[in-house]
Amino acid sequence: MHKELIVQPEKCTGCRTCELICSFVHVQEFDPTRSRITVFNFDKAGFSVPIVCQQCSVAACMEVCPVGAIARSESTGAMEVNHDKCLRCKMCTIACPFGAAIYDPIKDIIAKCDLCKGDPMCVNLCASGALTYQEPTQANLNKRKTYAVKFKAVYEEVG
Amino acid sequence: MYGWTGKVLRVNLSDSTIKTENLNKEDLQDYIGARGLGTKLFVDEVDPLVEPLSAENKIIFMAGPLTGTIASSGGRYNVVTKGVLNGTIAASNSGGSFGPEIKYAGYDGFIIEGKAPAPVYLWICNDQAEIRDASELWGKDTVDTTDMIKEVTDDEAKVACIGPAGENLVKFACIMNEYNRAAGRSGAGAVMGAKNLKAIAVRGSKGLKVADNDRFLKAIMDARSKLQAHPVTGAGLKAYGTNILVNILNEHGGLPVKNFSEAAIFAEAEKISGEYQAENYLVRNKGCFGCSIGCGRVTRIKQGKYKGLGEGPEYEATWAMGANLAVADFEAISKANFLCNQLGLDPITMGGTLSCAIEMAEKGLIPQEDTGMEFRWSDPDLLVDMVKKTACREGFGNQLAEGSYRLAESYGHPEFSMTVKKQELPAYDPRGQQGIGLNYATSNRGGCHVRGYMTSPEVLGIPVVVDPDATEGKPDLLKIFQDLTALVDSAGLCLFITFALGLPEISEQLRAATGVAMSDEEFLLAGERIWNLERMFNLQAGFSKDDDVLPRRLLEEPMPAGPHKGRVVELDKMLPEYYDLRGWDDKGIPTEEKLAQLGISI
Repeated sequence: MHKELIVQPEKCTGCRTCELICSFVHVQEFDPTRSRITVFNFDKAGFSVPIVCQQCSVAACMEVCPVGAIARSESTGAMEVNHDKCLRCKMCTIACPFGAAIYDPIKDIIAKCDLCKGDPMCVNLCASGALTYQEPTQANLNKRKTYAVKFKAVYEEVG
Repeated sequence: MYGWTGKVLRVNLSDSTIKTENLNKEDLQDYIGARGLGTKLFVDEVDPLVEPLSAENKIIFMAGPLTGTIASSGGRYNVVTKGVLNGTIAASNSGGSFGPEIKYAGYDGFIIEGKAPAPVYLWICNDQAEIRDASELWGKDTVDTTDMIKEVTDDEAKVACIGPAGENLVKFACIMNEYNRAAGRSGAGAVMGAKNLKAIAVRGSKGLKVADNDRFLKAIMDARSKLQAHPVTGAGLKAYGTNILVNILNEHGGLPVKNFSEAAIFAEAEKISGEYQAENYLVRNKGCFGCSIGCGRVTRIKQGKYKGLGEGPEYEATWAMGANLAVADFEAISKANFLCNQLGLDPITMGGTLSCAIEMAEKGLIPQEDTGMEFRWSDPDLLVDMVKKTACREGFGNQLAEGSYRLAESYGHPEFSMTVKKQELPAYDPRGQQGIGLNYATSNRGGCHVRGYMTSPEVLGIPVVVDPDATEGKPDLLKIFQDLTALVDSAGLCLFITFALGLPEISEQLRAATGVAMSDEEFLLAGERIWNLERMFNLQAGFSKDDDVLPRRLLEEPMPAGPHKGRVVELDKMLPEYYDLRGWDDKGIPTEEKLAQLGISI
C-alpha cells in the first residue's frame, strides 16, 4: 500500500513553509503562486487550511485528460503528468475539484503534487505536524485515537 | 540580483508621484536590508531635526534579503521613521506575510514621503502601484479596514494599516498587518496618520531566487533542525508562546509590578501565565511566514463581557496590561490586547502609561476630576475602558495618548514615567538584571527589550549562563547582542531564532542567499555599522549622554524584596566601559576612528 500525504488543518499554524519548499524544489524559486500546495490563512478566524492534491482513487484529472498524459505512479501512487504527452489543454485544472493541478506559464507545464517521488519535502519541513506522510490505515487510526483521547478527557470530566 | 530585488518604490503623497528606483549594491552589502538599509536610506534623506508628524518626515517599509525565502523564520519587515513617541530613529519590526509580499511584488521596500491632502491608501500589485482614495476607510478599525481593502483589491492581498489611534495621532499608535501582527513601537502608526495614509495593500507573484540553491538548502536545513532541537524554539515557545516567560520572570524576581514600585514578583502570576493560557484559552498555535517556531497564540474567550477571539496576548502585553497594573484577569487582558490590535495601539506603552497614571492618582498627584473616575490598581474594567478612550483621545484618554512621560511631566512629576528616552520600559525589572538595564539605557529607540535581549543570558542562560546581578562582562556581552540583533533584524529574520542560532548560521544563510562573500565577522561588523548609524542620527536629533539613563527609581530605590533584594541598577559601573568598547568618547559620541572603520560619513 502506498503512503499518503495526510493534511490535518487543525494542527496547521499557517506558516506556509510548505509552499516555500515546494516552489523551491520544483521551480528553484521562492514563489508561493507556483507552489503545488497552498495554505489559506483565515486570519480573523485563526484557522489555516493547506490544500494539495489528494491523489484521488478516482482521479478526475486522469479521467478528463484526452491523451492519457496523467497516470498513477506505481512506486508512489502519485498522479503524475507526462509532460511530453501533455497538450497543455488544461482540462485537468478545470476538472480537479481542489484546484490542485495548476498551469505554470513560466515552465509551460501542468504542475501538481508528485509527492517528491516518495519523499515529500513539505512534510519533512512541516514543524506543526499538520502534514504527514504515512499509510492511510495508520493515518485513520491516528485520527481516531486523537478523538478517542478527547472523548476520554470529556468522559472523565463528566464522570 | 539574489536575495535582494534591488528595487525600491518611492511614493510621494504630496504630489501623487510613484516611481521605482534601483538600490545601490554597496548600501545593500553595508546595511543588509530591513532595519539597516531602511535606516541608511532614511538618514541619507531626512534631516534629523525633522518634526516627526510633519510632511518632511518619511516612513520606509523595508524587507531583508532573506525575507520571503525559506530562511529560518524569515518573514520580517521593518518600518523606519523618526518616531513620534520620542524622536529617536524608529525601526519597528513585524512578522506575518506582509514583508514577503513586498518582495514577491518585486521590491525590497517602499519609501513614502510627503503628505496626502486627504485620506488615501496604496495598492501595489507587482509593477502596478496606485494611490487610492481612503475616505470611506477613515475612522474604521484595523479589522474592517483590512476586510474592505481586500474586498476591492485581492482577497489574498496583504494589508498593513492603522486604526483610529494612528488617525488620532496617538503617540504610540502602531501599524497592524494581517489583523494580528504589529510594527508596534515608537508610534510609527501616527506617522502614517499624519500623512493621511490609512493603509498599504500588496500583492505579488514574482519569484525570489537565491545565489546558490544547494548551499542555501543545506544552510536552512541546518538552521531549522537546530531550531527544532532547541528546548526554547522547539518546545517551550511552541507549547506556551511568549507567555512562558511570565512564570520564569516571576520566579526570577524580575516581573515588574505596579509601575516598578514594588518587588518584581506578582502574587497572581500563575493566572496570567502561558501555562494558564494554554490550558484555558488556547485555540491553536500561529506561525508567521516560514516560521517553524509558531509562538503566536490564537486565543478565545468563550463567554462573558470580555468574549472574543484573536491573537495574543503576548508576554509583553500580558505584563504591561496585567502584572504592571496588578490585573490578574487573563480575559480582561486578552480583551484589552484585542482592542489594541483593532484600534492600533502599542500595548506596552498603553499599559506603561496607564500604570504611571494609576500610581500618580493613588499618590494624589492626578486629581480625580481630571481622570473622570477612580484610578486604582487591579481594575480590569478601567483597563479595557482606557484602551478605547486612549485610541479615540476621549476624556482622560487624550492625556494617556501622549505616553507616560508627557503625562507625568504635565503634572510636575516626570520621575513616575518608567521610560528611557520617553519610551516605556518592557517587562523586565533591570534591578534584577544589570545587563538589561544597560541595554535599556543605551537602546537606540529608548525603552526596549529587542535591541539587546540580555534576558537570554541573564535569566535563561542562553547562550551562556551569567550572573544577573553582576556588572562585570555585561558591556561586552551587550555590545555583541546589540550588533547581532541589528544584523538579524536587517536580514529579515525573527530575533527568536537567536535562542538556537548564532552568527555562523545566520551569516551562512545570508551568504548562500545573496552570493555575497562576506565573513561572519564582516556581517557582525555590518550590525555594528547599523548600530552606530542609528546612534549618529539620534545624536544629531539632539540626544546626548544625558539621555543614556534610567528612571531614577531603578537607579536609587533598592528592589524591596525577592532574589534581588537591595539591588539598584549600577549603570555608572557599566556605561563608561560600554562607551569605551563601542569606540565612543566619554560623551558617548563615536570617534572619528570608529566612524572611519565602519565607513560611516554623516
